[in-house]
Amino acid sequence: MDKTILRGRAWVFNDDVDTDLIYHNKYLAETDPKNMPKYSFEYFPGKENFAKEVKEGDFVVAGTNFGCGSSREHAVYCLKYAGVPVILAESFSRIYYRNAINNGYPVLFVKGLSQAIKDGKIKDGDELEVNLLKGEIKDVTNGNTFHGDAVADLEKDIMKAGGLIEYLKEKAEEKKK
Amino acid sequence: MGKTFAEKVLGKAAGESVSAGQVVIVEPHFCMSHDNAAPIWKTFKKIGVSKVWKPDHLVFILDHAIPAPTDKHAENHMQIRQVVKEQGLKHFYDVTSKGGVCHQIMCEEGFALPGLIMVGSDSHTCTYGAFGAFSTGIGRSEMAGAWATGQIWFRVPESMKITVTGKFSKGVSAKDLILKVIGDIKADGADYMSVEFHGPAIEAMSLAERMTLCNMGIEMGAKNAVCPPDKKVLDFIKPIAKTNAWEAIWADDDAVYAQELNYDLGKLEPCVAKPHTVDNYAPIGEVKGTPIHQAFLGSCTNARIEDLREAAAILKGKEIAVRTIVIPASWTVYRQAMKEGLFDVFLDAGCIINNPGCGPCMGNHEGILAPGETCISTANRNFQGRMGNKDSNIYLASPMTVAASALKGEISDPREVL
Repeated sequence: MDKTILRGRAWVFNDDVDTDLIYHNKYLAETDPKNMPKYSFEYFPGKENFAKEVKEGDFVVAGTNFGCGSSREHAVYCLKYAGVPVILAESFSRIYYRNAINNGYPVLFVKGLSQAIKDGKIKDGDELEVNLLKGEIKDVTNGNTFHGDAVADLEKDIMKAGGLIEYLKEKAEEKKK
Repeated sequence: MGKTFAEKVLGKAAGESVSAGQVVIVEPHFCMSHDNAAPIWKTFKKIGVSKVWKPDHLVFILDHAIPAPTDKHAENHMQIRQVVKEQGLKHFYDVTSKGGVCHQIMCEEGFALPGLIMVGSDSHTCTYGAFGAFSTGIGRSEMAGAWATGQIWFRVPESMKITVTGKFSKGVSAKDLILKVIGDIKADGADYMSVEFHGPAIEAMSLAERMTLCNMGIEMGAKNAVCPPDKKVLDFIKPIAKTNAWEAIWADDDAVYAQELNYDLGKLEPCVAKPHTVDNYAPIGEVKGTPIHQAFLGSCTNARIEDLREAAAILKGKEIAVRTIVIPASWTVYRQAMKEGLFDVFLDAGCIINNPGCGPCMGNHEGILAPGETCISTANRNFQGRMGNKDSNIYLASPMTVAASALKGEISDPREVL
C-alpha cells in the first residue's frame, strides 16, 4: 500500500485541548522524548486509557485550537513517539503548530472537523483512511469524508528535512560547501 | 495604507517593508529560557555547533521549580549552571535573591524594551509587550535553533486592535478586563494574531497592569500582545536598558486590522474564569459563595508590588478563612513588600509567604491541591489538573477578588470588603 495513505483508528477530542491535558506539568522534568508517550492524556477525562491502548498508526482527531496553552514540546513528542502518524484538527494553537513542524511531525488543518465531532460524524474508534498528499480524510466506518489544507513552503522544507534541527544542519552543511 | 505594530517591527528587523501573511527570518535580540534550558541544551548539541550564536543574547532564569523539589529538577538546574559556565553566559539568574519569575525579571532588569524582537521558551513570553517589545513564546527545538543560528522565522501576523476607554470602578482591575476579553473572543479568538491594546485607558494604566494584560494574550491564542511604548515605558526603561538597540515603534493610525474591539472599563465588574478553561468567564455574582480550600496570590500574571498592595488593603487587620499562599514575583518585589509592611499584613492575616518563583501555578510544588479541592488563584491558567490534581478546580481572578475570597473561604465580591 502507498505510504502516503495511512489507515488507523480515531481518538476523538473536543475543541481547545490544552497542553496540560495532553502532557501534564508533573512530568515536565522528563527530558527523554521516548519516555513521554506513557503520560499522554493522563489528565484528559475519558481518555485516561489513551497511553495504554493507543496503537501505532492511530490518529488523534480534534476540533479547534488543539494544543493551546504552554509551549512544552513534550505535548508533541508524547504523541509522535506513541506512533500517532498525524494529528487532524480544525485548527492548532500557534506554538503547538510550530513545535510540530519543527519536529517534522505532520499536522493537518481540517475544515468542519469541530462541528463534525460535535455532531457525532466522526467518533472514537472509527477506522480512518488519510491521504497525506491530497489532505483527504475518509471515515471508513461511516463513509464521511473531510478535507485538509496543505502546509506552506517554508514549513514544507522544514518537514522535508525531518524537522528544524535537521533543516538547520543541512543549511550549515551547505554553508561549509 | 498604514502598518500595524507587528508589520513595522518585523519589517525593521527583516530590512524590508512587510505585510501580514509574509514569512520573514529575523534575529531575536534576546532569547529567554527558564528551567527548560537543560533539555534545550540537549537539542542544541544535536545541531553540531559548539558555541551559541551570541552569548549575550541568551538569558537564563530559573523559576519553574526552585529550589529544586526533585532530583530530576536538581539535575536540570545543575546542567544549566554547567552550560552557563561553558558558554560564558552573563545573563543568568540562579536560585539567589537576584532572581524570580522569569517574565518579571525580564521586565525589571531591562531586557524587555520597545521595538525589540524577543523570544522565550515559555508561552507567557508575550508579557514583554507591556514595554512595546514584539515578544512571543516558542518551543524547545526552535530555541535550540535560535541559539545556534541567531535566527528565527515568523509569519507576519494579522493584528487585532483592542481599544480601551473609561475608568475602573472600585474593586475592578486589569485582570477583570483581560478575563472579560478572553471570555468574549474565546481561547482561540486571537489565534496567530498580534494583539494591540490602544486607548486612553491603557495609557492611564500602570506598567504592572499592562503586564497583566499582555501576559494573558496567549490565553486567547495570540502570537504577541503589546501596549504603546509611551512616556511611562520610556521613563522606566531608559535607566536600566540592557541594550541600546531599542526603538519606540507603534502602529500607524491608519493600520489595517483583522478585527477591532472596544471596551469601556466603567462597564466591567469583578469576575472569574471558571474551571477548566480561561475563557469560561463569569461575573462575580454568578459564582459568589462557591466554597474554596486554597487561595493563591502569585505568578507572572499578578504578583507585582501593585498586586500585593491591592490584596493587602483588603486583608489588613482581618483573618483569612482558608490557607492562602503569597508568592511575590521576584525578590525585588519581595523586598519592597517587606519594606512597605505588607508582609506583616499577610502574616497577621494568616497567609504564608513563599520564595519568588512559579510556585504551585503549574502544579510543580508549594501548594498542590487535594482531590475535590477548589483554589482561587491570580495565575493565568485553570486547565483541569493544572495545580497538580485532576479532581480539583481552579478559579482565576484578580488579586482583590482572591483576597476577598480568602477572608470568607468562599468566592467573594471584593466590592463588599473595600
